[in-house]
Amino acid sequence: MKKEKEETEELEETEQEITEKDEKREVVVPGEVIATGKDFLPGEGTRKEGEEIIASKFGLLEKTDRLVKVIPLSGAYIPRAGNTVIGQIVDVSFNGWMIDVLAAHQAFLPVMECFGYINKKDLTEVYTFNDLIVTKVRAVKPRSVELTMKEKGLRKLEGGMLVKINPTRVPRIIGRAGSMVKTIKDETRCNIIVGQNGLVWIRSDENDVEKEITAKKAIELIVQKPFHEGLTEKVKEFLQEEIKKLNKQ
Amino acid sequence: MEISKIMKKKIEELISKGKRIDERDLKEYRNLEIRTKISAKAEGSAWVKLGDTEVIAGVKMDAIEPFRDSPDEGVLAVAAELSPLSSDRFESGPPGIQAIELARIIDRGIRNSEFIDMKKLCIKEKEKVWSVSLDIYPINDSGSLIDAAFIASVVALKEAFIPEYKDDEVQYGELSNKKLPLREMPINTTVYKIDNKFVLDPLTEEEDAANTRLSFTITYPSEVINAMQKTGQELTEEEILEMESIALKEGKKLHAKVLSLIK
Repeated sequence: MKKEKEETEELEETEQEITEKDEKREVVVPGEVIATGKDFLPGEGTRKEGEEIIASKFGLLEKTDRLVKVIPLSGAYIPRAGNTVIGQIVDVSFNGWMIDVLAAHQAFLPVMECFGYINKKDLTEVYTFNDLIVTKVRAVKPRSVELTMKEKGLRKLEGGMLVKINPTRVPRIIGRAGSMVKTIKDETRCNIIVGQNGLVWIRSDENDVEKEITAKKAIELIVQKPFHEGLTEKVKEFLQEEIKKLNKQ
Repeated sequence: MEISKIMKKKIEELISKGKRIDERDLKEYRNLEIRTKISAKAEGSAWVKLGDTEVIAGVKMDAIEPFRDSPDEGVLAVAAELSPLSSDRFESGPPGIQAIELARIIDRGIRNSEFIDMKKLCIKEKEKVWSVSLDIYPINDSGSLIDAAFIASVVALKEAFIPEYKDDEVQYGELSNKKLPLREMPINTTVYKIDNKFVLDPLTEEEDAANTRLSFTITYPSEVINAMQKTGQELTEEEILEMESIALKEGKKLHAKVLSLIK
């Protein structure tokens, strides 16, 4: 159990994308001209029309040297190679599993990308319909997403509960160097896995449903107020109060 | 995405303890909001928000030839369209089984409770009667669509005015000051059975975890009951009677709330 926990923590730290100065960024809307001239290069969430760089998404503007990009504040999950995601088995075929990762296309996990011996005559022994797995995006092709299980910490999920949030809020849930998710884990004594596709899995180490619900509420709080200053402290306070209430009952 | 095994188990575990994932009571409805006259072209319209579930219903009227077996009665037609914008489970195209079921539950509920006085919708026997088209459009499906759609439907009917009728033709755009001939307002209370407990106003996940459901359309105060069950687990007589008593009690509260909101 303890070993497992360490593994998941490691997973999340590699996923964090958040940088400092988040509060000072400018909010842009699609169609807004964000830079002119040849000194700038269009990055993610932008497009170039003549001399102008125009935002194509609603989000926060980020300028690093010459590169201009927009970090989206809303929208669906766009898979990227290397993302750790939570997926649900929707179909079992002869050479692998079709998995819903909330992307535009269904993802495919081939038998080849799994560890250990697998009885090829019955793949449902390994993963069956409506199972949840933590998996990694291996490659993204124009019409398909390929997954892999050949990495540390990737496994089938047992017990606990699932929370669905907007994928653009995932960096907020994780926090700077995993600080936010660590706060929730420590206060509620829950094991938490945050998938880049906006699915969050929570399981209490003490098998206490109340604590799982408390962790869920904390996550919903972060999703609602992503731009509050000192959010980690606020979440900590909120959790401590909730836990106090639970202990009194 | 269908409900995962993990979530189904968790919901059953919680419900068996008398709790829910959003910390409501088993028989508690979410916050209800109603707005009327939201469509300029419709004869009557309503927008209902139950928690995160949003539904729009509209009433449109036309003068048509009556059916031969009921020459002095008006016509009611209910249609529902589950657009992909409201849920990731709905696809565009011809109405699917869910849309047909939703429209049918509401149609039967309104018809069997005799909410509309069909005889008074007759303009001239055997020649012209009013036809009432009721259209239901969910804007967001977050569970309990039937109950929310039913409220939107009855409110839209209540708010509707009959259009002007001159020289054997309907004068669209001109509404008369006559409202539809209505009787006691019915309300729909759908009781879900999850892990031997009865639950009202479920979330989408709870709907998925349910064994079966029974929809009661009840008029108040005279308590005329019409019930429809979804295929699934069979129910015993005691269970049905218990569900009925829940629907009668909780439906009354909902009925009073709807009336207070549209005043």
